[in-house]
Amino acid sequence: MVNLACPVCGSSVEVPSDSLPGELFECGDCGAQLEYFVDEKNAASLRVAEEVAEDWGQ
Amino acid sequence: MNIGLAYDVVRFEEKSLLQAINHLGHVSKPIHVVDKEFWINEANGFDADFIIQRCVSFSRALATTTIFERYGNIVVNNLDVLRNTADKLITTSMLAKRNIPTPATAIAFNKQTALSIARKMGFPVVVKPVSGSWGRNIARAFDEQSLLDILELRENMPNPQMKVHYVQEHVDKPERDIRAFYVWGEVPVAIYRVSKMWKTNTALGGRAQPCPVTDELRELVVKAGDALGGGVLGVDILESREKGLLVNEINGVVEFRNTVLVTGYDLPSKIVENTVKVVKR
Repeated sequence: MVNLACPVCGSSVEVPSDSLPGELFECGDCGAQLEYFVDEKNAASLRVAEEVAEDWGQ
Repeated sequence: MNIGLAYDVVRFEEKSLLQAINHLGHVSKPIHVVDKEFWINEANGFDADFIIQRCVSFSRALATTTIFERYGNIVVNNLDVLRNTADKLITTSMLAKRNIPTPATAIAFNKQTALSIARKMGFPVVVKPVSGSWGRNIARAFDEQSLLDILELRENMPNPQMKVHYVQEHVDKPERDIRAFYVWGEVPVAIYRVSKMWKTNTALGGRAQPCPVTDELRELVVKAGDALGGGVLGVDILESREKGLLVNEINGVVEFRNTVLVTGYDLPSKIVENTVKVVKR
């Protein structure tokens, strides 16, 4: 597991070390929906997840 | 085999497909499309024997499938199948052309024509957007006034597709519909989606229950899947009291979490195994 900062409230969010980019997590403190993200330097972080759009789903 | 999995959001389906690929001895190559650059003029194809398309956003699924195919990759489902299943008008037309039973459906481009269709069909009628999922913007009209209200609302929406009125008979079904899975000509599993609401989508609270795959159901689902171009599909069936089984919609990037949960059937492995067999042919 790794701890990453919630971009909304700054709390620490624990995510599995084998997480995939695009995997969703919820901040235990503020409830924000967050997405695991890896940048071009291979640094992992969390960003606010995309909202459900009109073309989503089956 | 090297098997790519194109996705934007990781759900149960994407995780379980990646696990199935690895458990079956293949190499999984997740492709998170959201942050990738896709250069169309340069053929920098992905090193994969085939790519499973799993983007939850239809626009991204269509765009990336187009690009993967341009790179020479095999994509499941392919571009034709994606387009055929994403547009209800195309789906219904392709089914009707093969004489596969569907609810009575007609298209109108203005309120008066839609009203004329509804009078001939008989109320209630269902009005749907030609594209869209999870039951969004699907409305039921019980009489002429409520139909006109719905059509007026649609015609004031900025999306020009909402001015294409897909009008369908309302099928009196037994508080459930059927979601059957078509996997390269086989129907390995099906569920009922049970709800007191008229829209039975599990995204709207419909409850999944195992559904037996009868010979009649299998034959209909195989015909429907073949008509749309094959691959891996979710075929939604209505049980009409008067007309029997009717194919309602077909999904080209199908969700199956609830199916696996209530049936215990290992659908992800079935999808990978059957696709590998087809690609090897």
